[in-house]
Amino acid sequence: MKSKFTPPIGKISNINGQCITLIGNDIDTDRIIPARFLKCVSFDSLGESVFEDDRKTLKGKHPFDLEENKNASILIVNSNFGCGSSREHAPQALLRWGIKAIIGESFADIFYSNCIAIGIPCCTLPKKAIEEIQNYCNNKLLFLEIDLKKSIAKSEDLNFNLEIKVSSRKMFLSGEWDATSTLLENENLIENKFNQLPYIKFNTNL
Amino acid sequence: MSQDTLFDKVWDLHKVSSLPGGSDQIFIGLHLIHEVTSPQAFGALKDKNLRVKFPERTVATVDHIVPTDNQSRPFKDNLAEQMIKTLEKNCLEHKIRFFNIGSGSQGIVHVVAPELGLTQPGMSIACGDSHTSTHGAFGSIAFGIGTSQVRDVLATQTIAMNKLKVRQIWCDNKLSKGVYAKDLVLHIINELGVKAGVGFAYEFAGPAIDELSMEERMTICNMSIEGGARCGYINPDEKTFNYIKNKLCAPKNEHWDNAVTWWKSLKSHENSIYDDVIKLDASKVEPTVTWGITPGQSISINQQIPLLDDLSPNDQLVAKEAYEYMNFKPGQLIKDTPIDVCFIGSCTNGRISDLKVAAKILKDKKVSKNVKAFVVPGSEKVATEAKKEGIDQIFKDSGFQWREPGCSMCLAMNSDKLLGNQISASSSNRNFKGRQGSPSGRTLLMSPAMVAAAAINGKVSDVREFVN
Repeated sequence: MKSKFTPPIGKISNINGQCITLIGNDIDTDRIIPARFLKCVSFDSLGESVFEDDRKTLKGKHPFDLEENKNASILIVNSNFGCGSSREHAPQALLRWGIKAIIGESFADIFYSNCIAIGIPCCTLPKKAIEEIQNYCNNKLLFLEIDLKKSIAKSEDLNFNLEIKVSSRKMFLSGEWDATSTLLENENLIENKFNQLPYIKFNTNL
Repeated sequence: MSQDTLFDKVWDLHKVSSLPGGSDQIFIGLHLIHEVTSPQAFGALKDKNLRVKFPERTVATVDHIVPTDNQSRPFKDNLAEQMIKTLEKNCLEHKIRFFNIGSGSQGIVHVVAPELGLTQPGMSIACGDSHTSTHGAFGSIAFGIGTSQVRDVLATQTIAMNKLKVRQIWCDNKLSKGVYAKDLVLHIINELGVKAGVGFAYEFAGPAIDELSMEERMTICNMSIEGGARCGYINPDEKTFNYIKNKLCAPKNEHWDNAVTWWKSLKSHENSIYDDVIKLDASKVEPTVTWGITPGQSISINQQIPLLDDLSPNDQLVAKEAYEYMNFKPGQLIKDTPIDVCFIGSCTNGRISDLKVAAKILKDKKVSKNVKAFVVPGSEKVATEAKKEGIDQIFKDSGFQWREPGCSMCLAMNSDKLLGNQISASSSNRNFKGRQGSPSGRTLLMSPAMVAAAAINGKVSDVREFVN
């Protein structure tokens, strides 16, 4: 494992780092972190178990085991990444392994919101561009600079216009991706809503 | 953009504010929690020095880690014991209602909440579990959330979320004999693909859906997420109201009529506008079995595993991975594939009607000697009902092991696991690599009736040969 883990905090606008590519569509959260590792009351030790079963199967040849990737922080994936279970343990394991941003063809909904909630920007690129990155990474290391303000990613020889949901982008740039305090600001509105909902008064036994 | 569908009405009703980033702040009417995805959320509350805002709007049960052979405490597995203890402590400390083992109402969270009458039309429901979509069967909008959002719901009873688009999936005609809700939903996922639902809520509608019982509707909505849709729902009707009536937490006395009147007003109608509409003919659906490593990789019982060339270029990458992992050859028939383990249970198909259908097939028959078969009721209530009707005995007489309620081998967080590269016939919802507890274990998803047929023959079988 790498240097001590520090969780992201505050505004996130630039992520610079080495890419690590993982080829495959529909990579589900059971693969990212198998269910047996969910038997825990804290996320702290999940980093080392990320992709545990896939890594064992590939006996050291999994991208997350390759020596040259040990400092990588930008994960490159194909489509529907993170499908299946809602376990936040999946992005938490990636984060604790060292992933700070993910670029992919597409992401599953719940995985995507979990990433946003813990400060991992997920950006999309067309299939062709992802393949271009994957091919590049076959031959040499790729260091990308992600600029969320401009929605671009660039290296010495590559340039990409990233797509990122407007709401997520704004939240990262303003530092409001950790939603609790923003939600709490509307405490009065929450109380009003509670009092207006028709079913609150129907349900006397709750 | 969708307009005036049930989804739109319920979303708008629960919208607290438009957040600066552009997403909506949505009030969560019912929050369900369990032992796996809540401890870190309670931990975060503590770190932020926050309390649970509306403790009465959160209900807890324990399901994922519970053993199904011996539930006496402390559990043999120390980590499992630690998790249930943490939940007990958190519920006690925050005054959250907890349906624990032995309460008579414990079970898989998505089986329990409807049984208690907690799940009702027009509610927004969230739970740290992707199969929360199940509750949409009642005309609620229900979706899975992660642990950070569980924290947000505990602290504020709201979450930040972008409004989903709405796709109506219209199912014409009705299912044929020997074909069940599970077959229909596997068929839908196969037709649309596992990521078609990303960004959408699925509204299941049409004569074939109207025909389904509430428990069958739950099976359909449960697997919306396997098609990529975080939320799936069905407009409420008389069946919905009859199911809820007189349940523990159902509206009582003078509230009942008001509730029904309001529930009726929520339905989508002929002038509702959808972002997309898909139509399919339910009478064409046959008993369906998955052959691969995603719930979209399924075929009818008499079909061959697709050749690579039969698949769209986008599906070929995962298909190649699936042939290799499953050790199946393209073009091979799925029928007669030998089975090692049969599992009936889960939030998809662990309800009393599922057990009844399977028991009818198993009556006076024996499980093949090559098969380990076990049934895990979805809840204590399901188990009690089954015992009352003698269904447990039919299972036991056939050679099935009768277990205690929980999630069990759907995701194998307890000791119910596949070994090595065993193949299971499973009534659960996911056939992902390693899902059932062995990194090389293989899962064939099918209806509980099909699992029963597979158990008797020791191989994948056409249940229609048993029901005619």
